[in-house]
Amino acid sequence: MRSTTPPDRQQPREHRAGTAATLAKIYPFVKPAMPRLVLGAVAALFAGLVSLVIPLVLQTLVDGPLSSRDGTQIVPAVILVLVLGAAEAVFIALRRWFVLTPGTHVEATMRNAFYAKLQDLPVAFHDRWASGQLLSRAMSDLGLIRRWLSFGIVLLVVNVVTIVVGFVVLFFWSWQLGLLFLICSIPLWIYGYVFEQKYSVVARRSQDQQGDLATAVEESVHGIRVLKAFGRGRHSLEKFARQAEELRGTEIEKAQAIAGIWLWLLLVPDVAFALSLLGGVLLAANDVLTVGQLFAFFATATVLRFPIESIGFLLSMTFDTRTAVDRLYEVLDADNAITDPDSPSTVEDARGRLVFDAVHFRYQDSPRQFPDLLNGVDLEVRPGETMALVGLTGSGKTTLTSLTTRLYDVTDGAVRLDGVDVRDLSREELRSHIAMAFEDATLFSASVRDNVLLGRPELAHPEQAVEAERVMREALEVAQASFVDELPEGVDTKVGEEGLSLSGGQRQRLALARAVAARPEVLVLDDPLSALDVDTEARVEAGLRRVLSDTTALIVAHRPSTVTLADRVALLENGRVTDVGEHGELLARNEHYRFVISSLDEEEEARQKHTQTGTLDIIPDEGSFERPAAWAEEGRE
Amino acid sequence: MSLEGVAGEERSDYTKEESRAIRQRSLRLLGSLLSPLKARLVLTAVVVVVSTGLQVAGPALIAFGIDQGLPALMKASDWFPLGAAVGGYLIAGIAGAVLIAQYTVLSARISQAILFDLRKRVYLHAQRLSLEFHETYTSGRIIARQTSDLDAIRELLDSGINGLVRGVLYMVFIAIALVSLDPFSGLVLAGALVPLWFLVRWFQKSSQNLFRRTRVASASVIVHFVESMTGIRAVKAFRKEKRNEKEFGGLVEEYRDANAKVIQLFGIFDPGLILIGNVTVAVVLLVGGFRVIGGGLEIGALLAVVLYTRRFFDPMEEMAMFYNSYQSAAAALEKISGVLEEEPSVPDPARPVRLPKASGAVRFDDVTFAYNGDRVVLPEFELDIPAGQTIALVGSTGAGKSTLAKLISRFYDPTKGSVSLDGVDLRQLDAQDLRRAIVMVTQEAYLFSGSVGENIALGKPGASFDEIRHAAQAVGAHEFIMSMPDGYDTDVNKRGGRVSAGQRQLVSFARAFLADPSVLILDEATASLDIPSERLVQEGLTTLLADRTAVIIAHRLSTVAIADRVLVMEHGRIVEDGSPEQLISGTGRFAQLHAAWRDSLV
Repeated sequence: MRSTTPPDRQQPREHRAGTAATLAKIYPFVKPAMPRLVLGAVAALFAGLVSLVIPLVLQTLVDGPLSSRDGTQIVPAVILVLVLGAAEAVFIALRRWFVLTPGTHVEATMRNAFYAKLQDLPVAFHDRWASGQLLSRAMSDLGLIRRWLSFGIVLLVVNVVTIVVGFVVLFFWSWQLGLLFLICSIPLWIYGYVFEQKYSVVARRSQDQQGDLATAVEESVHGIRVLKAFGRGRHSLEKFARQAEELRGTEIEKAQAIAGIWLWLLLVPDVAFALSLLGGVLLAANDVLTVGQLFAFFATATVLRFPIESIGFLLSMTFDTRTAVDRLYEVLDADNAITDPDSPSTVEDARGRLVFDAVHFRYQDSPRQFPDLLNGVDLEVRPGETMALVGLTGSGKTTLTSLTTRLYDVTDGAVRLDGVDVRDLSREELRSHIAMAFEDATLFSASVRDNVLLGRPELAHPEQAVEAERVMREALEVAQASFVDELPEGVDTKVGEEGLSLSGGQRQRLALARAVAARPEVLVLDDPLSALDVDTEARVEAGLRRVLSDTTALIVAHRPSTVTLADRVALLENGRVTDVGEHGELLARNEHYRFVISSLDEEEEARQKHTQTGTLDIIPDEGSFERPAAWAEEGRE
Repeated sequence: MSLEGVAGEERSDYTKEESRAIRQRSLRLLGSLLSPLKARLVLTAVVVVVSTGLQVAGPALIAFGIDQGLPALMKASDWFPLGAAVGGYLIAGIAGAVLIAQYTVLSARISQAILFDLRKRVYLHAQRLSLEFHETYTSGRIIARQTSDLDAIRELLDSGINGLVRGVLYMVFIAIALVSLDPFSGLVLAGALVPLWFLVRWFQKSSQNLFRRTRVASASVIVHFVESMTGIRAVKAFRKEKRNEKEFGGLVEEYRDANAKVIQLFGIFDPGLILIGNVTVAVVLLVGGFRVIGGGLEIGALLAVVLYTRRFFDPMEEMAMFYNSYQSAAAALEKISGVLEEEPSVPDPARPVRLPKASGAVRFDDVTFAYNGDRVVLPEFELDIPAGQTIALVGSTGAGKSTLAKLISRFYDPTKGSVSLDGVDLRQLDAQDLRRAIVMVTQEAYLFSGSVGENIALGKPGASFDEIRHAAQAVGAHEFIMSMPDGYDTDVNKRGGRVSAGQRQLVSFARAFLADPSVLILDEATASLDIPSERLVQEGLTTLLADRTAVIIAHRLSTVAIADRVLVMEHGRIVEDGSPEQLISGTGRFAQLHAAWRDSLV
């Protein structure tokens, strides 16, 4: 069975830190809440102690007034019990009041920190991690930590203390019976240790499987169109059901582990009670113990029953939490290779000169025998120039564009913006100089306006409203996105995940408008017009030409029409830029270029009918390009 | 305001009637989940009743030991009563513990069966619901339903039900034991039930809306989270991180606040319970104490009565926890039952017509299509596509091409009129046969996690490796797949498995090729391909489409070359219809488009 989590999640067992050490990791987040947590524990402790004092009163009552048949002492004793009972309730109210609100604050802080860390982590990290796994960490795991903080840890500490104090009290009533109780509980401690070993493993598996299930759910929803188009809803259900079945198996294993410790936790007090009854009556018969003391002993032991029983639940909760912390810190501790430099340089007067200098790049997990995806790319995009990037599918064009804004970092060589290595700039600054539009246009759940002005946060200020409107209109105009005015609420219509769904072409135009509105020195566009029809494409191109006249641009192009936007074209082949020049020049002199960019032609089609299918080695012969010179002319227009 | 299905889901201020209707809906769902488990439920109930009964016997046996065993031992050296008490206690304790451990496993089996059933139901139902639903309901929310809402229910089943069943039984048995031991103390306990009832009612009322609020708030957090993570590149490129943190922080705070409010309620409820318990103990002691002095009650019996009273309230905290998880699970169940109540607007036929081997003739009869019934996209039209014909659908963005294609693949049903395949109305056609006969490839080529091979095999589950490879070769995807580290076994999410948009499209082409439908619809399916790949695909297509019906939507008119017939659409109407040669040689819209396109080539 496949799994969607990264391979590094299975840590070797010997490297696993102890439960306490793992849980201690969250201390920095818990620190602000510490005083209240401690106060809460103190309050809980008092509540526990008060409940232990009540049997004391009962003993006095039984041995005193009740045996001497003195009715006058009953009322004061009852009042005392009443006061103690009220005090217990008050202490428990205090415990809740102290502990619970800070617990939610810790949870919220951690959730925000987790989110911030994820946003900071490089794209390479997100490539590896299914977002369902991240989601289950952000929601279930953090919820678990909150409950443990505000409930589990406090009760665990308090119940253990109550049990210890309770034992002391039992010894106080009768050391013989106390000793009996203590001996009886030894199997409990042994089993508790066994339980940890067993349970932690299953708990981890369960949480990971839940993450996988969340991933499966997410994919079934995001890929719904494909599943519908092929009628594979039931088929995917089978797969999902298999995963759910595995989770069910794990959960039942977990229940069996819990049942194991429960058994002991119930058995031990019961056996101890039975033996204490035997011993107690014998001691009473021999006058070592009064009836009142026996009464109090059992009353105390009864108070202890619940804390003892709850230990099982609290322990399993603690181990669940420990797993949650482990899972969370797999992300929080993840190395971020793409960070801001310690003392960032700045580009004073950005003109938009973009240089790739012997750039090498390979994906970290690329197998060793494979050459670098980008294997020494040298390319200069001059200020104001529009450069088209052409190459076969999978040749690394998109990767090359992502190096400019450090979505990935080069593995060797450098990308320079106006002479400054992009790694020496802060990411914030770098990304304000360079704006991108991606192949798959992502819009966020916000109005059209906010989506278009995403790269211009400074225009959000009310004083800038006029300017913002102008920038947005201009960008929409360039991208030929006048359709927005026909949306139900015009540019204020909410689009994206939670809003109106737009067609691929519409989304692409908004993403393009967004890149244009950012008014960067450098525009990086990844096949920005692929979803547009010919008419619209022509109009967008006209608009783009205006914008691009004074902006440096790097455009990934698949179609000749896009290439004609460019001043020059760079051909990416086998990890290098093998040729740079004007479209016409390249057409005339470079065979590979012609292969990549020239369109299906009727003669060519006729010829191709004879060639094999399924191979990439169909290189059109010179004969199919009748008028290279004339085309070159056209290309320059 | 209607509350059918998912409508009004974001509200938390339901009226009484609305609340009741929703609750009944949830209960119906719960009932249907439980009914297949009857036998197991009965077994579990027996186990828990016996085990709780055994556990409750304790104090009575202690009382017996003190009141009967002690005097008998002292006066007559009679060991029997004491031995009976101790032996009874041991047996009851051990048997009770073993049974409760059994019960833990049994109840886990039940709750896991329920969850498993519910997971599958929601998953399948989400798949059955129409695209229209998904487009308005949004993916984040349907994910939230299937993740965090199910978590809430799981929590209820895991710990809550245990607490409730055992708690209630425990209390019932204790009450019985108490009454049989000393009816008078039982009366005192009955008196305590009055304030208890008021407390529970108060808590129930005030927490319900708050719990609903937590569900809504957690769904918003999830939606935002999923959106930022799936769009991480854009987030980074446009420096949205800080702004996102603020937005997300706001949502997190709202969720926190909702949670904190619920918890505060608890801060009153729980101590309230304890107070009632302790006061009852004091009253029992008062009454019992005087009766001991008056000789109406043995000391041992008083001990038992006090212990029972004390224990009676022991499970209350656990039950409060149950109520906590019950409320949040109930809120989750409300939302889930709402989704399950949604009728698919493109339902499977009640009496499906089978069509095992379709020839591929598609007909539109007086078809009108409007979104939500009022925004007309396709005004009434007729269209007859004979079997085996390849049609190119041309027109500007928004002309209704995709909508027409989606009508054929039954992503939507027409508002008026009918679409038929081989003379069978699609609405009557067996769903399996429909999907086997008609396949649509869209521009957004989605890959599921798993290997490349598995992704292609989606077109035909159970396809052999040779079939998969053949399909990939036919569309020219074989080369790039072989260049990946593990070939067809390369995981698309893992080691070296990065797949570009163009490659994704090739994979989805291979999927369609493997599915081997009678009618193939390509909606912008080549948009991200580079020209050599497109060429290969087109070549593959000429063989693929030779004997089947095809509708091709493409902006690149190169496709037209392989079409038998071209339809030009404008504002939802078909304005030109003819063979490519006819239309190109004419002076219409297509002739212009074609000329413009020729110019754009090289």
